[in-house]
Amino acid sequence: MMENFEPVIVAFCCHYCAYTAADMAGSQRLEYSPNVKIIRVPCSGKVDAIHIIKAFEKGADGVYVAGCLDGDCHFKNGNNRASRRVEYVQKYLDEIGIGSERLEMVKMSAGMGYLFAQIAIDMTEKIRKLGPSPVRPLAMQASQPIAC
Amino acid sequence: MITAERKPLEELIEYVRPFKRILLVGCNECVTVCSAGGRKEVGLLASGLKMALLQSGTTIEIREHTLERQCDPEYIDELLPMIDGVDAVMSMACGCGVQEVARRYKDKPVFPALNTKFMGASERQGVWAERCQGCGNCLLGMTGGICPIARCSKRLMNGPCGGSVTGKCEISKDVDCAWQLIWDRLKALGLEDQYLKIIPAKDWRPAGGGGPRKIIREDLAA
Repeated sequence: MMENFEPVIVAFCCHYCAYTAADMAGSQRLEYSPNVKIIRVPCSGKVDAIHIIKAFEKGADGVYVAGCLDGDCHFKNGNNRASRRVEYVQKYLDEIGIGSERLEMVKMSAGMGYLFAQIAIDMTEKIRKLGPSPVRPLAMQASQPIAC
Repeated sequence: MITAERKPLEELIEYVRPFKRILLVGCNECVTVCSAGGRKEVGLLASGLKMALLQSGTTIEIREHTLERQCDPEYIDELLPMIDGVDAVMSMACGCGVQEVARRYKDKPVFPALNTKFMGASERQGVWAERCQGCGNCLLGMTGGICPIARCSKRLMNGPCGGSVTGKCEISKDVDCAWQLIWDRLKALGLEDQYLKIIPAKDWRPAGGGGPRKIIREDLAA
């Protein structure tokens, strides 16, 4: 199982930095792990706890939020808010039993294509070592919350 | 507002473990404002419970619904079409909401997801502080708008104790001395005389000392 395990990683990327850095990595022909599924957000501060938790519920083995470098947030301090939110969700992940190590906050500028690629590779390898998320079967069941 | 915090997930898991289907009910009022039991927190808890239980081999169906208010029977009636399809209810409201849901749906176990804390106000984003203990006989007109019951650790009525040091309470340097705040405020308003008036021994019966409290408005009561 572990030998064939290909982790699913969701990266919430700020439009003003990490998403552009991903574009830069592509332009520079840098190779990085295809396991990373990018979701573009207008600011890392837009990423809510519910987005992260739902990503795990839907089958992600790892999640990271990528925001701007300290002091560079387009919206002043969205990246710092995101950092605090990630810490909060990490504690919740420990409570759930998924483990806080499957969630990370990273920061980069739009020009750091190489860093984007390296983080994608590092996170994939880290999650590969951790193995599949313990709640993967939930995604398999595709059980949706029933909105009443 | 009434403030609350989510109970530890471990405790909530034990409540719902015996059941196959539960209804998780949020409240759009106070607990939404203090980010404890609104629609978003209902979603977070539903996901968390499902994922935590799965790891011990239990699958559970969680229906999510958030009421406008859980302390009014009219809104609680909204749950009627869903209630037969579930084995138990978990409420993310304050203690009032939990009890009202339990009162309305007598044949369903109802569990609290939150610990109700106090009546408070937002000091800043993400920080709520106690401001009122519902004593039933408001003193704020005599104390410069600062409550010595909710904000003095000893609930003193006539000035600070000897533990007040540089404006802080002896229990913690993070807690302001309420009587220092009261004095500063009265002084700023030019109402120092107010400070010298002795507040008589307080009758605690309206504060709950006389048993469970009730308000009856004859003109409104059905």
